[in-house]
Amino acid sequence: MKREYLTYAVALLALASCVFGAVRGETADVLQKAAALCLECCGIG
Amino acid sequence: MADLKTHRRKRKAVQGLWALLTNAHLSGFVTGQIYSGPLKRFCVPGMNCYACPGALGACPIGALQAMITGRKPRFAFYVLGWLALLGVLVGRFICGWLCPFGLVQELLYMIPTPKLTVPKALDKRLRYLKYGFLLVFVLLLPTILRDEFGLSVPYFCKWICPVGMLEGGVPLALLDRGIRGAAHALYAWKLAILIFVLLLSVFIHRPFCKYVCPLGAFYALFQKISVLRMEVDTDACIQCGACARICRMQVDPAKTPNSAECIRCGACIHACPRNALKFRAAGKGTSGAERRTT
Repeated sequence: MKREYLTYAVALLALASCVFGAVRGETADVLQKAAALCLECCGIG
Repeated sequence: MADLKTHRRKRKAVQGLWALLTNAHLSGFVTGQIYSGPLKRFCVPGMNCYACPGALGACPIGALQAMITGRKPRFAFYVLGWLALLGVLVGRFICGWLCPFGLVQELLYMIPTPKLTVPKALDKRLRYLKYGFLLVFVLLLPTILRDEFGLSVPYFCKWICPVGMLEGGVPLALLDRGIRGAAHALYAWKLAILIFVLLLSVFIHRPFCKYVCPLGAFYALFQKISVLRMEVDTDACIQCGACARICRMQVDPAKTPNSAECIRCGACIHACPRNALKFRAAGKGTSGAERRTT
């Protein structure tokens, strides 16, 4: 049962972190990076 | 065995559909223009480069490094939270069912050639490499090494990642003369890594996933506590070893059903003659039979 508590605690913490990051505007940072061509990924940056 | 074949076909269909769905910006493969709409705010669960002309979402490993490499490095609450949430919900089920690069490696492994088995002791050591790649190339180097302007680069994407080359570097070089012209030593290095990984995949099952993938390493951290987990009914298990023999990740599900190396493909469930293995959701009770969930 202890493991179940740990599972749900981690899940809640992860969800909170995700929502907090989104509210803080981190999705815009991700969009900015992902919407421009990543030269490093392509091996030319 | 017919049941196992059906299961494998179903899984391939899910993997293929998911790869298509996450790369559904099909016009990009013709024009060479990457998708830059609002969906790119969201990280896809598997390794899928955001420089791929078809990619609709962001690569989580690329996005994580992007948060770190800026002039003002920020803790990546959104990306890490999202990945931890996926990890704690389904663990490496994502590797087995929703990763396009995993599918590519599996398709290559289907080419009928003699297959290689890495000696157990060496294999065990090599498996730790992926945690090193996660720690050093994804987290530490982009945080520590900065230029005079305070900027860093995504070291894993730049120096290692074959997914970016396969999905971004190669198709874009084919479509865009400018990119072809800019391809020099770094491009050759990454192309060599890609070719090496693809060739290795013909002989070894999912070598990138086993030894290199930082995303798989991250999900593996949650495997033992994930909501979706594997369970062995020890009363039903006759220890015939059928599950271990069928596992291409070299896990022995009867002994360690929730091993960090298990990608939850489910082949062992269908290979078991006594139906002793099954997926179970955390918190759900069982029939009362003795069970093993470590």
